[in-house]
Amino acid sequence: MTETATHTTTAFTPPTRFAVPGRIEVAGEVAARWQPATLTEIRRETPRASTFRLAVPGWAGHLPGQHLMLRLTAEDGYTAQRHYSLASAPDDSGHVELTLDHVADGEVSGWFHRVARPGDRVEVRGPLSGFFAWPGDRPALLLGAGSGVVPLMSMVRHHRARRLSVPLRMLVSARGPEDLIYARELGPETTPVFTRTAPAGTPVGRLAAAHLAPLLSEPPAGGWEAYVCGSNSFAEHASRLLVAAGQPVDRIRIERFG
Amino acid sequence: MNTTRGFTGRARTARPGLPPGQYDAGDDWPVLSAEVTPDLTPADWTFRVGGLVAEPRTWDWADAHRMPASAYEGDIHCVTGWSKFGVRFAGVSLDAFLAAAGPLPSATHAVAYAHTGYTANLPLADLTGGRAWIVWEYDGRPLTPEHGGPARLVVPHLYFWKSVKWVAGLELLDHDEPGFWERNGYHPRGNPFEEQRYSGD
Ligand SMILES: Cc1cc2nc3c(=O)[nH]c(=O)nc-3n(C[C@H](O)[C@H](O)[C@H](O)COP(=O)(O)OP(=O)(O)OC[C@H]3O[C@@H](n4cnc5c(N)ncnc54)[C@H](O)[C@@H]3O)c2cc1C
Repeated sequence: MTETATHTTTAFTPPTRFAVPGRIEVAGEVAARWQPATLTEIRRETPRASTFRLAVPGWAGHLPGQHLMLRLTAEDGYTAQRHYSLASAPDDSGHVELTLDHVADGEVSGWFHRVARPGDRVEVRGPLSGFFAWPGDRPALLLGAGSGVVPLMSMVRHHRARRLSVPLRMLVSARGPEDLIYARELGPETTPVFTRTAPAGTPVGRLAAAHLAPLLSEPPAGGWEAYVCGSNSFAEHASRLLVAAGQPVDRIRIERFG
Repeated sequence: MNTTRGFTGRARTARPGLPPGQYDAGDDWPVLSAEVTPDLTPADWTFRVGGLVAEPRTWDWADAHRMPASAYEGDIHCVTGWSKFGVRFAGVSLDAFLAAAGPLPSATHAVAYAHTGYTANLPLADLTGGRAWIVWEYDGRPLTPEHGGPARLVVPHLYFWKSVKWVAGLELLDHDEPGFWERNGYHPRGNPFEEQRYSGD
């Protein structure tokens, strides 16, 4: 007899159904295993952010929006581990790309920005979390700030690589044009919002209701699935704007980098 | 061992009580929640204990504040890697709520759920014996909305995703039923000292 057959109670459903159910099932065995990864390329994106390309021979594949856990090990066995979003779209190259901000005194990002060079080996486990994943099915409204654009860029790249026709729009907030990660790659789907300095003719200011109004007053058929990523203060600000503009709370997914 | 060339890491502080793979976040208290912070006032808040109990009970804000006060002072550990030392939460021990509802002998697990519908599963043994609280104060002040105010569950000996924010209730069951993160690849129990982060750990 299976274990479930012996249960005397039926599955419990809370009175409020969880606003935002996970998008995909996550394979536990894959996430549990640490795998070697070799750095193959480093590309500078902005003065403070670079992209690191890793060869991961055992990579099980991911969906845009997922992240991995990365571990560095010192000679004496001391380890440091951090989460990083996958920047690359899913493909069969056996590689993944991460984009890291250089955090002042950061233990892990500091190693990547100051020490790392192609050929270096680290360890990763993942992909993790099915909650922020975007399988490319529903219209996607992406709101990011700073390195919060990383998992969203995976979605934009996936949308392009697969020539998806489902609507996708991205709003990214950066301090100025020089801090805009992936600037060269952004297309008509993206509206940058500059908070400190902007090119002539572009207003300076925070993400505001006016940015969202045109998108939310005429949502695509089936409505937007909103993905918000960045610092906690950006996530709070952006998610409140979305709710105020009429986006249902159960269609807002938030990834906070802490 | 797969050592990383040129990586030395921070000075080894060897802080007692720091679980494996965690770092001391100091004064920071990062916020991690997957949903929009709800507009929930104390007047809207209720807490229910139901399922396999002698008598399902619901408390509102005033009822809950008439329960015997109890505080937790100690450490908390988040699965994303930070730990926070010497935090102070004040509220009521979960034992008091459970005693009022009377768990049936068949109850072995619970699903804790939020006013947003977020869920986390826990063995009943992790919620009893002075190890879990419903709290509304942090460091002597009302708990802020982004940290789960007006009231949240605190189960400090497990990773903090189990400490359901905006807590609405506890459903007692005779089996384990995965909650939100547990269905998204996280470990069913989440003991930081055994580094039970993901399913399979
Ligand atoms: C799901 C998720 C996805 C993420 N994705 C990305 C991403 O795509 N790109 C990205 O850049 N980041 C991402 N992050 C953030 C990332 O995980 C790290 O937090 C970030 O890189 C900083 O790590 P670090 O080791 O460099 O800095 P840390 O060493 O952790 O330091 C962070 C800050 O805390 C201070 N600090 C921490 N511990 C100590 C200590 N013991 N002593 C003194 N000071 C201390 C540091 O001075 C610094 O200001 C993500 C986080 C999450 C949760």
